[in-house]
Amino acid sequence: MLAAAGYFADEGVATAAYLALSLPRPLFLEGEAGVGKTSLAAALARVVGADLLRLQCYEGIDASQALYDWDFPRQLLHLRAAESAGTAAGPADAERLESEVYSRRFLLARPLLAALETTPAVLLVDEVDRADDEFEAFLLEVLSDYTVTVPELGTIRAEVPPIVVVTSNRTREVHDALKRRCLYHWVEHPEFDREVAIVRQRVPEASAALAEQVARAVAVLRGEGLLKPPGVAESIDWTQALVALGAERLDAATATATLGAVLKYREDQQHAKRLDVQQMITTAVLGG
Amino acid sequence: MAETTGPQELRYDAVDSLVGLAATLRAMGVAASAERVQAATSAMAALDPGRRADVYWAGRLTLCGSADDLARYDTAFEAYFGDRPGSVVRRQQVRRRQLQLVADPAGDPGGDGGEELPRESVTAAASSVEQLRHRDVSTLTAAEREELRRLLARLSLPGERRTSRRLRPAHRGHVDGGRTLRAWLSAGGEPARLRHRAPVSRPRRVVLLVDVSGSMEGYADALLRFAHAASRPGGRARGRDTTEVFALGTRLTRVTREMALRDPDTAMAAVAEALVDAGGGTRLGELLKQFLDAWGQRGTARGAVVVILSDGWERGDAALLGEQVARLQRLAHRVVWSNPRKAAPGYAPLAAGMAAALPHVDDFVEGHSLGALEHLADVVLGRVVSRA
Repeated sequence: MLAAAGYFADEGVATAAYLALSLPRPLFLEGEAGVGKTSLAAALARVVGADLLRLQCYEGIDASQALYDWDFPRQLLHLRAAESAGTAAGPADAERLESEVYSRRFLLARPLLAALETTPAVLLVDEVDRADDEFEAFLLEVLSDYTVTVPELGTIRAEVPPIVVVTSNRTREVHDALKRRCLYHWVEHPEFDREVAIVRQRVPEASAALAEQVARAVAVLRGEGLLKPPGVAESIDWTQALVALGAERLDAATATATLGAVLKYREDQQHAKRLDVQQMITTAVLGG
Repeated sequence: MAETTGPQELRYDAVDSLVGLAATLRAMGVAASAERVQAATSAMAALDPGRRADVYWAGRLTLCGSADDLARYDTAFEAYFGDRPGSVVRRQQVRRRQLQLVADPAGDPGGDGGEELPRESVTAAASSVEQLRHRDVSTLTAAEREELRRLLARLSLPGERRTSRRLRPAHRGHVDGGRTLRAWLSAGGEPARLRHRAPVSRPRRVVLLVDVSGSMEGYADALLRFAHAASRPGGRARGRDTTEVFALGTRLTRVTREMALRDPDTAMAAVAEALVDAGGGTRLGELLKQFLDAWGQRGTARGAVVVILSDGWERGDAALLGEQVARLQRLAHRVVWSNPRKAAPGYAPLAAGMAAALPHVDDFVEGHSLGALEHLADVVLGRVVSRA
């Protein structure tokens, strides 16, 4: 199912995705950076043929950036136009004017509201751990009954609840009330065969031998206790870099030259160089 | 996978065993609430209850709520659906015992529900709070320690303030469209005064790393109680991030959850439960690396005030400790090291670990007494600066 959308899932991810679609229930994904949490949401969107609405969380994100906002410049313009046309005289007019100003056409839908109004939709709430508690509170309202309440307008309800994927890098513990409503899954690094398949699918120009060597070398690096062990995203980047250099196989010179695609810390690069890139590749070529 | 959905009506025994599994998990400390069990049941209905892997995933996806729960889930699942089906793991008795890290054997006031303290000694201790404030906590008597605990519980530890991205109504700052529009509307469309909003300031997150190794024996109880007071939510710093607390023993243990228990004694009992390894030797550098790999670098330490409460007695490689403290300093807003041995007359940071760490520490303070901990709270708040 997911494989058709270009996502190679292990049993846990596949079951989680299946349940997220069939129950339906939001999916809460945690795991190391670059293991494919975000791309799972994209794959789900392709599977069900839905729009992907992405909300990147950050500290201080509030309702006007996540739910909805009023289009103030246009509202003010409307107000001024009404005033200069002389229709804003009596109290009845004032009331009419108010309902005009706070009508749906001046409401800007942000990702959460847009997801409720789009059918079908996949809503990706990315890196929810970066947002603060206040944000979790209104995310909870949206996820528990798929409604958004706009005080001036009323409650907007989703005809069909969107498929929701929430990801977290676990920099802090997300509130239990939110997690309770979700399916929880910890995404692991893919095992060797799956990683090769992913690399080959994402970088079709790479030879099978190159993809396998990259996957082996990355697996070796993951076992080295680095500051930031490379994820699948880094394997793909590395393969792309090697392909761009026209490499057919992984050898010491090209590997050292492209190390920046895999390891993003100076300490990690030094460590890898000490490790003796040649040694690592021999292991990789010989098949670990 | 279960492309062939089983009958919507679940067999009785499947529901029964999920409920049993959830009970086992709860006994192991996983918050598998009734709501989660309900989700597990509907997940089972969507999968194949006859397949072991499907039962496993249906339970794991719905009953667990964090990465910490996964290992416990595996154990419970094995126990429940392993060779002895239907056997429930015995509920562990929550022992209401005090954390016995205090060297003095007479100082065990919680063994059987709290011993009666001699009245006169309580009075004596209460009348000399000021004296107690500057006494080294490792030299206190049982009664004094009891008093110290009461005083410690009153402390709080908000972080230094920083500008948040959240806005609130203010007299100057960005134009607040919503409030401006309302003002104009109530004036009948007449342009009125512009309304503004400005960013608020919030306290930074505080991360406490408490050394509970053997060399810290006399201080660990007081420091953990200090950490408990520090992680109490609310108070004057509303809306702040939770204070994260980690214990450094022979292993790294995150005790933030245990610290969230409101009553200090219950919280200490829970912490003692979590710390299977208090009192052993510490390889600080290695534990700090573990902390940074698993938590710090992802964001727990980023922009935070990180407080290390340790004597810097390193059993492992001092160079590694220096390296890791340097890494911590690059991530954190400030690194504060509180060392209970610093107050000793003639103290010099000669312990190899302490010497290696010191160049990368922003503030180096004492940590042996109540007064020192109060001072530490001021340093964390950014009120006092005591450069290392």
